[in-house]
Amino acid sequence: MIALSDYLILSSIVFCIGLAGIFINRTNIIMLLMCVELILAAVNTNFIAFSYYGGDLAGQIFVFFILTVAAAEVAIGLAILTLMFRSRGSIDIDATNTLKG
Amino acid sequence: MMITSRNTAKAALFLILTFFSAASLWLLLEAEFLAITLILIYVGAVMVLFMFVIKMLDTDKSTLRAQFTRYLPLGIFVSIIVIAQMVLVLNAGQFDLAMTGVPEKHDASYSNITAIAEQLYTVYVYPFELAAILLLIAIIAAITLVHRNESRSKKQDISEQINVQAKDRMRMASIKPKSAKESK
Repeated sequence: MIALSDYLILSSIVFCIGLAGIFINRTNIIMLLMCVELILAAVNTNFIAFSYYGGDLAGQIFVFFILTVAAAEVAIGLAILTLMFRSRGSIDIDATNTLKG
Repeated sequence: MMITSRNTAKAALFLILTFFSAASLWLLLEAEFLAITLILIYVGAVMVLFMFVIKMLDTDKSTLRAQFTRYLPLGIFVSIIVIAQMVLVLNAGQFDLAMTGVPEKHDASYSNITAIAEQLYTVYVYPFELAAILLLIAIIAAITLVHRNESRSKKQDISEQINVQAKDRMRMASIKPKSAKESK
């Protein structure tokens, strides 16, 4: 039988993979968005594991709202990304220094 | 595998694989509705959107490769520290199987969707409606952000329509009638 700590360790490892991905792929915004998705998946796994072992259904409902917000975030993020590519010609983060004083 | 891939499209495919494994884990945890939702929404909609954007915008691979080795030690360092902390905390015994126990399995007549819906439409109905409004705002924002090209849109300028004068639209042509003598 799988214990709760196994799920927690697995989701923390996935979380850290996403975190390392943010550090490694710092120039590519699409990769940054995908790493955020990975982190959200890890957090959702945590929520569902606690909901199962705690016998409370509120965790799953919270995961439902997290999925909703993440979908909205991805849609707006990709829209901004498309707009940025159209006006600037690249999606490099280092090129976005227009606001630099 | 996903974060070290040079090709962004391959990374997206690995992310899809990760979502499938997460969905199978959620099935093990008796969260069937959320597992199906994860596959339908994430694999079916969000990742398709990602692939569309990846294929539409060509990403420059040379800068990506140059930056890769620069931040690699920092990323590995931070993630190893966080993983070590998590494993130390979680292995200490307070989340062990002996402490939490095995929750009893539901029988076959138990429906996860029914249980979630009962909670969602009674206790959490206001957050549910807020989520709907949030999605509506996201739709409107995404459309207005992308659809900004004025020349292609066919919107009407009302003030211009009202202020139009007769001379703008109508041209008075003075045509002399031919005399009857010449036509004969």
